Amino acid sequence: MRSLPLLSLQARGHELASPAAQLRALARTGTPSFDEVLERHGRPPLEARAIEVLQVNVGKLCNQTCAHCHVDAGPDRREVMSRETAEQVVELLRRHPEILTLDLTGGAPELNAQFRHLVDEASALGRHVIDRCNLSVLLLPSQRDLVGFLRDRRVEITASLPSFRAAGTDAQRGDGVFAKSREALRLLNEAGYGRGEGLVLNLVHNPVGAFLPGDQSSLERDYRRELQLRHGIVFDRLYTITNMPISRFLEHVERTGNLHRYMELLVSAFNPRAADGVMCRTYLSVGWDGTLYDCDFNQMLEMPTNHGAPQTLSALLAAGRALPRRVVTDRHCFGCTAGAGSSCGGAVAE
Amino acid sequence: MAETYYCPHDLPRFGEMGKERPELWAKFLDYYNAVFADGALTAREKALIALGVAHAVQCPYCIDAYTQASLQNGADREQMTEAVHVACAIRGGASLVHGVQMRNVAEKVGM
Repeated sequence: MRSLPLLSLQARGHELASPAAQLRALARTGTPSFDEVLERHGRPPLEARAIEVLQVNVGKLCNQTCAHCHVDAGPDRREVMSRETAEQVVELLRRHPEILTLDLTGGAPELNAQFRHLVDEASALGRHVIDRCNLSVLLLPSQRDLVGFLRDRRVEITASLPSFRAAGTDAQRGDGVFAKSREALRLLNEAGYGRGEGLVLNLVHNPVGAFLPGDQSSLERDYRRELQLRHGIVFDRLYTITNMPISRFLEHVERTGNLHRYMELLVSAFNPRAADGVMCRTYLSVGWDGTLYDCDFNQMLEMPTNHGAPQTLSALLAAGRALPRRVVTDRHCFGCTAGAGSSCGGAVAE
Repeated sequence: MAETYYCPHDLPRFGEMGKERPELWAKFLDYYNAVFADGALTAREKALIALGVAHAVQCPYCIDAYTQASLQNGADREQMTEAVHVACAIRGGASLVHGVQMRNVAEKVGM
């Protein structure tokens, strides 16, 4: 358990704050090329076939500094989406009714000045909106009305809770975070979330260490029973998400001497069925500055869409389409294809 | 020959035990996998039981494997430590309860 607040890699001036340094560190492990392994399993290169979900990362500002954060988010980060870029997001949704869901992430997306505008506009366009919430943000004095705002617009909440116990949650997300998360979950339950009445509250489990997540349905049973029994908390679904070997989790596994073993684990657990269902096939990721990516992980590695696809919101609005789109890959992609697979919606090959 | 009886690299070689009598190995694996499937107990609960038993039978391979399985299935160190104490209590209690046998013999033949 850590007692001091962690600083972002950028604030520490750490070498791994650089995406290029992260990719070099992964290459040094001797991990094979992701596309080679796909081919070895008789799979063609990954291709996006649709954009069902527009995942918008509104910036890196966060009120927490979690040890595994793939964004290197924190209170010191200043990258935030402008109103102009947010308007381009809304325009994209307006022109593309086939994009059914707006998935807002960060950082703590709620801290961005454009968050509520994006929720309102997307809701007005009839789109389903997901808020990837760190829970503690709901307790900030500046966000006292946030639960009501989200409830009134029936925003789906996907909230991080790596363990139903304090030790695991605090080890990954900071001292005292479990207690805050529990209070926030109670507020959400009181507002009607997680009760099976249409206000959806999903929880996210990330392993608290250098191993793959356990079976999603089994963990969900444990979470459901323990949270109900000990804290009176209810929720809809639990998603298991593998820790991606980039940014702060990469720094953690490298510092603790686990990097090679972790990469070997991801590669040895490669599951072709998980590769068939990875989220980049149906997602498009938008950065705080309007740059387009195949996923939020590629965004943090500064690997924009490529292979002829538009690379910015402006270019996409001008071109009109971004499909079919070959996905840009590197060694971190093994994080989404190991075991039961991993996506923003949890396991993909249960 | 290895210089020590126990070697971490031997754990991933467990499957070699299927080489001579694959049908017995297959039966064992079928049973093993069925035991650890989610049932009335969750995977986390079964991993914690296995961790306690691993300490009771003092198998370093099982301790390694089920420490990782417990973590993977959402257990934390406090729960895992309690599981080891359960194993310890049962082992200690098993020794102590045999003291009754000692007392029976002593009462029969002693004065």
